[in-house]
Amino acid sequence: MEKVVDPKIYFRTAIALLLLLAATWMIAYINLGLFNLIAALAIAITKAIVIALFFMHIKGSSRLLHLAAIAGVMWLLILISLTLSDFLTRGWTQ
Amino acid sequence: MNTTTTIEAGLVHQQFDDIGQQREAAKLGMWIFLATEVLFFGGLFLSYTVYRFVYGHAFVEASRKLDVVIGGTNTAVLLISSLLMAFAVRASKLDQRRMLTGLLLGTAFLGCVFMLLKGVEYHKDYVDHLVPRMGFKWEGADPGNAELFYWIYFAMTGLHAIHVTVGIGILLVLALLAWRNTFSNGNHNTIEIAGLYWHFVDIVWCFLFPLLYLVGHR
Repeated sequence: MEKVVDPKIYFRTAIALLLLLAATWMIAYINLGLFNLIAALAIAITKAIVIALFFMHIKGSSRLLHLAAIAGVMWLLILISLTLSDFLTRGWTQ
Repeated sequence: MNTTTTIEAGLVHQQFDDIGQQREAAKLGMWIFLATEVLFFGGLFLSYTVYRFVYGHAFVEASRKLDVVIGGTNTAVLLISSLLMAFAVRASKLDQRRMLTGLLLGTAFLGCVFMLLKGVEYHKDYVDHLVPRMGFKWEGADPGNAELFYWIYFAMTGLHAIHVTVGIGILLVLALLAWRNTFSNGNHNTIEIAGLYWHFVDIVWCFLFPLLYLVGHR
């Protein structure tokens, strides 16, 4: 039989995720200018990492699975950053 | 790797050396599929990013008309469904048949709650004239770009809703199979990779909620 995770870890993960949801919701009602976007993205990325680590068991899995999980994100970052390098530097945004 | 029991040895397909390698291969395959899904949604996230930079002000105005209470509640519903799914994977590893069936049905039920709330919200959007090409009306300054925001909103949430629907279907089939004791004695690979899919759909929503409902400050 495979090893299983202590149920406490799942409950803590869920509570952390719900607290992060509450945080992102509340921050939206405070005007912080550009920081609103930065905070929302930072919280979303944190939630994604927490889900991947504890619910999807990236924590404790092999290096090969870590690589496969990171690969998709890396290609997405290339897609977005190269496109933005064009849009942010050539005066498309009037 | 050498912990394979006699029962587990019977589960190993001929191309694998042992059950550990077989399980690792299944998980690797699912993670590679999820990487393609990241890029599938990635195209839409890219469009969103570009248009948000170009028409930021119109996006902030348009976003304020969305129902943040339904969107936020749906985020919580999906997060809790992910918790049930994580426990379902655990139950499958512990050979708890009744617990596994119940948790899979519970996860599917929360998926249905999500879809129901989404349906209520889409209907509300329709009544409020927010659906592009279906009576879209905008009183604000920039109707064309507000409509663009709603195109992106319906494309992203629609693609996500299709994924939730597929997930509910998978969960219901697995619940039936679990009830028939298909996943006992170490045969829990299917549950684990279905779990990975469900958690991924949850992660996508974790980005959609702030990006669509909480653009700028409300």
